Amino acid sequence: MLAKIFIKPKKGILDPQGKAVSGALARLGFNRIQDVRIGKYIEIKFDAGDTDTAQSDVRSMCETLLVNKVIEDFTFEIAEE
Amino acid sequence: MDNVEKILKELNLTGDEYKKITGYIGREPNITELWIFSAMWSEHCSYKSSRPYLKRMPSSGKDVLIGPGENAGVVSIGDGLAVVFKMESHNHPSFIEPYNGAATGVGGILRDIFTMGARPVAILDSLRFGEPDDDKMKYLIDGVVAGIAGYGNCMGIPTVGGEIYFDAAYKDNILVNAMAVGVVPDDRIFLAKASGAGNPVFYVGSKTGRDGIHGATMASASFTDETAVLKPTVQVGDPFMEKLLMEACLELMKTNHIVAIQDMGAAGLTSSSVEMAAKGGLGIEIDLDKVPQREEAMLPYEIMLSESQERMLLIAKKGHEKAVEAVFRKWNLDVSQIGRLIESPEIIVKANNRVQARLPLTVLVDEAPVYTRYARMPVSVTTTATTNASEEIPEPKDYDSIFIQLLSSPTIGSKRWAYEQYDHSVGTDTVIKPGADAALIRIKGTRKGIAITTDGNSRYTYLSPYAGSGIAVCEAARNIACIGARPLAVTDCLNFGNPENPDVMWQFIESINGITSACLAMGIPVVSGNVSFYNETEGTSIYPTPVIGMVGIMDTLRERITPDFKDNGDSIILLGETLDECGGSEYLKLVTGKISGRPPRVSPEMEKRVIDLLHAMNKMHMVKSASDCSEGGLAVTVARCAIAGNKGAKLNMQWRYRPDLELFSESQHRIIITAAHKHVDKIKKMAQQNDIACKMIGMVGGRRLIVNNRVSVSVEDLRNAYHRGL
Amino acid sequence: MPKIKAGVIVFPGTNCDRDTYYALKQTMGCEVDSVWYETKTLRKYQLIVIPGGFSYGDYLRAGALARFSPVMEALREYTEKKGLILGICNGFQILLEAMMLPGAMQRNDTLKFICKDVQVRVERNDTPFTLLYKKGDRIQIPIAHAQGNYYGSEQTLASLEKQNQIVFRYCDESGNTTEQSNPNGSLHNIAGLCNSETTILAMMPHPERASDSTLGNDEGRKIFLSIKKALS
Repeated sequence: MLAKIFIKPKKGILDPQGKAVSGALARLGFNRIQDVRIGKYIEIKFDAGDTDTAQSDVRSMCETLLVNKVIEDFTFEIAEE
Repeated sequence: MDNVEKILKELNLTGDEYKKITGYIGREPNITELWIFSAMWSEHCSYKSSRPYLKRMPSSGKDVLIGPGENAGVVSIGDGLAVVFKMESHNHPSFIEPYNGAATGVGGILRDIFTMGARPVAILDSLRFGEPDDDKMKYLIDGVVAGIAGYGNCMGIPTVGGEIYFDAAYKDNILVNAMAVGVVPDDRIFLAKASGAGNPVFYVGSKTGRDGIHGATMASASFTDETAVLKPTVQVGDPFMEKLLMEACLELMKTNHIVAIQDMGAAGLTSSSVEMAAKGGLGIEIDLDKVPQREEAMLPYEIMLSESQERMLLIAKKGHEKAVEAVFRKWNLDVSQIGRLIESPEIIVKANNRVQARLPLTVLVDEAPVYTRYARMPVSVTTTATTNASEEIPEPKDYDSIFIQLLSSPTIGSKRWAYEQYDHSVGTDTVIKPGADAALIRIKGTRKGIAITTDGNSRYTYLSPYAGSGIAVCEAARNIACIGARPLAVTDCLNFGNPENPDVMWQFIESINGITSACLAMGIPVVSGNVSFYNETEGTSIYPTPVIGMVGIMDTLRERITPDFKDNGDSIILLGETLDECGGSEYLKLVTGKISGRPPRVSPEMEKRVIDLLHAMNKMHMVKSASDCSEGGLAVTVARCAIAGNKGAKLNMQWRYRPDLELFSESQHRIIITAAHKHVDKIKKMAQQNDIACKMIGMVGGRRLIVNNRVSVSVEDLRNAYHRGL
Repeated sequence: MPKIKAGVIVFPGTNCDRDTYYALKQTMGCEVDSVWYETKTLRKYQLIVIPGGFSYGDYLRAGALARFSPVMEALREYTEKKGLILGICNGFQILLEAMMLPGAMQRNDTLKFICKDVQVRVERNDTPFTLLYKKGDRIQIPIAHAQGNYYGSEQTLASLEKQNQIVFRYCDESGNTTEQSNPNGSLHNIAGLCNSETTILAMMPHPERASDSTLGNDEGRKIFLSIKKALS
């Protein structure tokens, strides 16, 4: 299985990196930028019996280690390789 | 082999070199062997254009324990301790990928230090960029500074100094020279000299990937547009891995399990295995199947040439294998016994149970070609370097404004924007922080400190490689002296263009001669160094840029001097003589945009007398502050001291030349000191006895810097200009 | 009186352990051990310091990987026995990731690593770590971090303020907690926090780098001397 995990700053949290990139894009003439949020993308290859188990494994990996829930939100997709 | 010519071109070997190879080994080499030759005979590994000249430099002295030829130079500092230091370039990789290029430059030089058993205590970086006015250059500057910070900070080794110069000459070929300094008990120094046939060879650290293949050959070729596509060859640094590797190696070095160790730098496994065995007069047999690999289906030559970072090769004592492995396992590092030393002086490389390469070591190391390249004085030296700079500068109507512009120019202005990104206080040994003439690192458990600086003004070396190189040595020594230490030894990093260009070769030889005569006159040995040729893009070379890294010693930290003005009413004294010398100066460049004229005169003998005088005065506790005069002249020096001490000053100059030329002249061998008024007569007398010009030029006090009726600027305005940043 | 026993935790990548060890010896004259991250008990110590550095290279998030080390289990047990814990810089980040204190660290709002002296104001002196300071004292102390931008939700911040858990705030030379004096964007200018029992202090500035006059600054020394007094 292949898990594709997307981590981004929680809504409402100032994202200093996103803010800087947003400013840079504006300076380059991209005038219609409304907001930039910068997060992380993680790929995990793993074995899991079925999609349900995979779902709960990945959720648990995110909540235990991969994501700091104080400042980050996550979504993920699971694909058969 | 088919297509020999095409392959040779790719490997940067000449047809003659190929003939030499077949002659020596009595057969055609296979592709793996040819790659090994291309690496070992590259300019980077063999110094084939520079070797005969490098030998001219003085490399011995009573305190020198290990001179050039090892991973780094080692100099005794008493108390059973020694300092280990070296400087190295990472120019091409940093231009292609600034963050990782600079980061791995730091990583590489740190490995050179801890490979010898020393714990690194300081990093310095000497950087050259183009003018910071376009986006590409800003990207390079940001990336390089962040890369140095990213690596050094994570390692927990303070970055305490260096220099940053800006000039259009580096627009397409920036320079990133990193220097590291370590401290080691003088009886625990480890060398790269193998001994004991049958002893096991261990590989430790990161797994091997295809990164950096071509690295040594890349550093030995010029930039063309195609280079921009070379991105995959740049190595990515992993400072966390290096931190573990360093701690594991230092822990292992406290035991008696290992006999020799060397990091895998340029040309990776090839140069480390060949050099270690050759130094010990032995041979080496390695099995590539045992090398930890990150990528699949790597070919033998790829494993041999890979420049993956954070890897070491070490020779253990037979019977101690388990103990060696245990230490690396503790630190979660990959460790693998990949071979053994053999009696026969050759390298045997196996993979897939077959011999892939078998070559005599003497041919690889001792028979590497040496070229006496054609050298010729460039035309520019006779045209640009002979003009009278001062005549080209009109006297300013508004001195304050030109002074502020000079103080805030990128090269003269404070480098706080860079060094605040470097952790310069980790280690709790940084006694004098970045921003002073030199850094001072204490050695816990002793009263001693080591002073460190890097110097090299390439506008001078462009106009006169001989004088400019001598000035670099003198200025480094003066910087060391200004914080109260004595110069001990030098490491150099010689950055030049294409040595196959006679102009460049002339610059190189003149530069070596300049360093040599200055070091001889001042009794300072050169104990390590690095040559970086082929710093050119599309046929245009950089300025010849020899950078001098100097280490000094202070017997007791109580002798330290800082540049900041201390007390109101202190006398400001100029040691040394100001001449009308604006050739190659920042002032000339600011006003006219030109890099021309004669650079300042250099006299290492006088330099020695000036710094000895300062030392003697300091021993008598008469020196309250000291700072040397360099770029921007005495006005800039006084301004820096005022800003640092947050105190104004009033100067009463007796003009010998036009005031602006006198204030901004870059005459060498000058130091601004302050002293209590009661000591002025004694100071003057001592200077006279040593035949050094000495003038009281003003007094500390007030909130403004005032020079006669010409300059009057508040300390606040000076500070804002100086710290403005890019 | 028996000597105080202190332990300095060493994770892979910790790099201020030797500095901290030295400072503890010099200032408190106590017995100090380097405690490897695989250690399973901390019962014999009265003070545990989690020093600065880049545990696990700061990979994923600063402190995120260190949090799962065996020694962190031991640290929880140690906390229940009311042993003192001082987390400095990366130590602060680890304590947050381990949820031993509320909130999280974000990248500095400058997006850069910052190494310089800053001013912090002592917000309370009734903790074992600050009892030799006066409330409102301003001290100069170095910071050296890339992720010191403290974030807590509104409820978290309200609770921290209410329970008086903010021990140090960034301030200017006159002691005012202004936006300009805040080097990294930290909410409420937070530079140091304690738990409600005041047995844990976590701070971004480095007191071990400000404890020796040879280095030009010893204004952080009183933190160690306070601990010594509290434990004596």
